[in-house]
Amino acid sequence: MLRYTLKRLASLVLSLIVASAVIFLVVEVAPGDTASFMLGLNAQPDTIAALRAELGLDQPKLTRYVSWVGGMLTGDFGTSYTYRTPVADMIADRLWISLPLALYALTLSTLLAFPAGILAASRRGGAGDVSVMTATQLGVAIPNFWFAMLLVLVFAINLRWFSAGGFPGWDDPVAAVKALTLPAIALALPQAAILARVMRSALIDILGEDFIRTARAKGLTRSQALWRHGLRNAMIPVLTILGLQFAFLLAGAIIIEQVFFLPGLGRLIFQAITQRDLIVVESVVMLLVFAVIIVNFAVDLAYAAVDPRLRSRS
Amino acid sequence: MSRALILGAALSALFLGAALLSFAWTPADVTGMDIPNRLKPPSADNLLGTDHFGRDILSMIMVGARTSIAVALVAVGIGMGLGVPLGLAAAANAGGLLDELIGRANDLIFAFPSLVIAILITAIFGAGAVNAIIAIGIFNIPVFARLTRGAALSLWTRDFILAARVAGKSRLRISAEHILPNVANLLIVQGTIQFSLGILAEAGLSYVGLGAQPPIPSWGRMLADAQTMVSLAPHVAIMPGLAIVLTVLGLNLLGDGLRDALDPRLKVLRT
Repeated sequence: MLRYTLKRLASLVLSLIVASAVIFLVVEVAPGDTASFMLGLNAQPDTIAALRAELGLDQPKLTRYVSWVGGMLTGDFGTSYTYRTPVADMIADRLWISLPLALYALTLSTLLAFPAGILAASRRGGAGDVSVMTATQLGVAIPNFWFAMLLVLVFAINLRWFSAGGFPGWDDPVAAVKALTLPAIALALPQAAILARVMRSALIDILGEDFIRTARAKGLTRSQALWRHGLRNAMIPVLTILGLQFAFLLAGAIIIEQVFFLPGLGRLIFQAITQRDLIVVESVVMLLVFAVIIVNFAVDLAYAAVDPRLRSRS
Repeated sequence: MSRALILGAALSALFLGAALLSFAWTPADVTGMDIPNRLKPPSADNLLGTDHFGRDILSMIMVGARTSIAVALVAVGIGMGLGVPLGLAAAANAGGLLDELIGRANDLIFAFPSLVIAILITAIFGAGAVNAIIAIGIFNIPVFARLTRGAALSLWTRDFILAARVAGKSRLRISAEHILPNVANLLIVQGTIQFSLGILAEAGLSYVGLGAQPPIPSWGRMLADAQTMVSLAPHVAIMPGLAIVLTVLGLNLLGDGLRDALDPRLKVLRT
């Protein structure tokens, strides 16, 4: 297990280095100079040069890359070109909306998908299975931002149960959770559809295994065999998808935040893009990629711990 | 033929047909504004109603289908065009340096949340259909590379490939002449699924303003415009969304139906 962990850790570090280099380069080759953009059309060349020096943009690329990465390791994400405030603070403020939103959606999607997938697998071919499968077909076809608009139409505009957007802050936790509820539902639905399908097919595969037949032969009922032996074994593919979904939820949150006017990471990144505040863009993207890589790493370790066969394979 | 296949093919054909038809004819002009006639609910004149500029929504959806289908189709083309040869090469040199490199690169692309990078690319190089295609296309490459490699690997152990090797064929020729035709079914099914994902991605990008730019109508853009009017005229928001759902549903059903018809054991990648 130690060797496996070290091997995975090495590949984790490598992924992070390559990912940061790619992000840095993509932003680097972006057309348009930050300093001249900030100063406008009438700026003098020497003013632009002075600002470039102040922002550190006149340093060689490699130096800037190293100082960017080095800074991030110590929690220093640099200073926003536009607002002159530490990027880390800006991200921290916004993270308090995006992260709870993604976790809320992940919880909802799991609560919805697990029972649906188990029901469909245990009543394979029956009415329950057919309705779950039909619902998942629809679920994966619905764009989450459109579903969000429909939720606003029904629950905010017509029924007035929720507000149509905005965020009251965490001072009033009940109001805050309420404000995140419609966005979380919109994010969770398509993910729940995928998760339910994975749960169903994983369980169906497992239920055909010899050890389930043995369990039945020693007198367990179908559902006892499913709950005691099937579910545990079906968790491996389900965990993989859950890990991947975290990435989709964080990214999906960026779009959903636009629908509900939530001041999260999504709004931060779009604002930064229009203002050419590239250091903010770089850092937010890096943070999201970092989160995804770490979650997938954790998932890998989790099932290597559960299933020793996986350790020797890679 | 299964019902899923027929329904999927019919829905896909409907939207492809509407997109093609829009080159020759639409019920109304999509560039013409008719302000007094704005936000009208569906009627005999405007089957799906009109938008905030009084434009006919049915016509907009037909022209928008063009954008969605073009972007998604080219993005799948990029993914297949680059991913399939890479996957074939990796399988032909399984365990070698090339295989390792391709595998690592794939893992890396999979680690990026696709939408975030699509946003980064379109934001930095400018919003527009071409950059949206590139952004969506890049993420199709590892999907096809991984799928092709996996399927090709199991073929390389088969007797008919051994026979071809004994006959003196090179790895390249075997890949092209024997492996590729045998993974074609799988590629068609996966292509259909990626096509539907591409349509969703394009809609998302144009919804946040990073896809096709006005005056080119696109479904995501129509939804973005409709957002502030959803309480006044819900149909403006509902119709383009239904178009997306029905197209994606159609393509998914088509993919599932094709898989069942061609070979139910095909293992497609779903993320």
